[in-house]
Amino acid sequence: MKPARLLAWCCAFVAACATAAPLVDAMRGPTPILEEPRPPLLGNWINDDQRLPRNYRYQPPVIPHRIDGYQVDRNFNKCMDCHARGKTAFSQATPVSETHYLSRDGKVLDHVSTRRYFCQQCHVAQEAVKPLVGNRFQGDEGDATPLPKN
Amino acid sequence: MGLLKRYWNLFRRPSVHFSLGFLTLGGFIGGIVFWGAFNTAMEATNTERFCTGCHEMRDNVFAELKSTIHYTNRSGVRAICSDCHVPHNWTDKMARKMQASKEVWGKVFGTIDTQEKFRDMRLELAQHEWARLKANDSLECRNCHQYASMDFTRQSVRAQAMHSTHLASKEKTCIDCHKGIAHRLPHIPAGEAPTDTPGQIVPAADDKSAAAAPPAPAK
Repeated sequence: MKPARLLAWCCAFVAACATAAPLVDAMRGPTPILEEPRPPLLGNWINDDQRLPRNYRYQPPVIPHRIDGYQVDRNFNKCMDCHARGKTAFSQATPVSETHYLSRDGKVLDHVSTRRYFCQQCHVAQEAVKPLVGNRFQGDEGDATPLPKN
Repeated sequence: MGLLKRYWNLFRRPSVHFSLGFLTLGGFIGGIVFWGAFNTAMEATNTERFCTGCHEMRDNVFAELKSTIHYTNRSGVRAICSDCHVPHNWTDKMARKMQASKEVWGKVFGTIDTQEKFRDMRLELAQHEWARLKANDSLECRNCHQYASMDFTRQSVRAQAMHSTHLASKEKTCIDCHKGIAHRLPHIPAGEAPTDTPGQIVPAADDKSAAAAPPAPAK
């Protein structure tokens, strides 16, 4: 048998083995693709109001409390009930960043800008679960690092 | 006038045909039957089935209630419409039911018979309820959620902070902070909430003002 042909056979064999082995997806679990996996149990949202450190500079801070049932739509923004800059003296919540009051053109507005209106696009509530897939990400010093001078 | 006088005489004259026993006992039993029927009929207008019999309620406010904790929750206790919107005390309930006859008018003339009409009326309707709950110190909330039975240690830190100060000092009542827990909130223009929750400024004018302003010079 010529070496080239042998190599081709070996490749085919390896490929066949690979397809035959059950493919386990860490996110999906061992459930076959045609069956519906059992949804994981609902956990309890972290609700301790302890501010968590950022993992890297400019990370949108995470939400340390439950937000289920919060209405954020064209009529009303529940988050701003406490976090609007005018409300924080009463609510003692973290005020929304100044940057969120700037329009796209850098104009200062008296209310949150449209592009920052939907809080949960960047800020998310947390649940105490183990990550499903491994991750070697290492954050930097975050806020402790001084901003670069330009 | 003569007719009225004749009936008045009949009314005040002692009975000739019926015994005193029959009249007292009959009156007593008749009273029980009337009272029972009256209250049963009134209770029937307090059921979830009755309230959601109209599409105005079923398709708008009831549909919104369904995803909230007052409709379905882990322990299976449900607050139905009347639990929050009708006082439990009999005299207050009667007063509220009389007020609610206006709603029959609204139903007949289709004041909110489309979703658009409802949306336009929504702020006003909500304000009525907020004002009512503010005036009676959130009585319908407190029918179940009693301040004396609250265990602050089982509450989140910020709930404790709020309840042990503003609620405890009676400076605020439930509805001041807990608006929109059972239904979606309408847009509240600044200063139009009867109590002090927001006046949310929803950034609709943002883009227009940005468009109207001359574009910032490129750097």
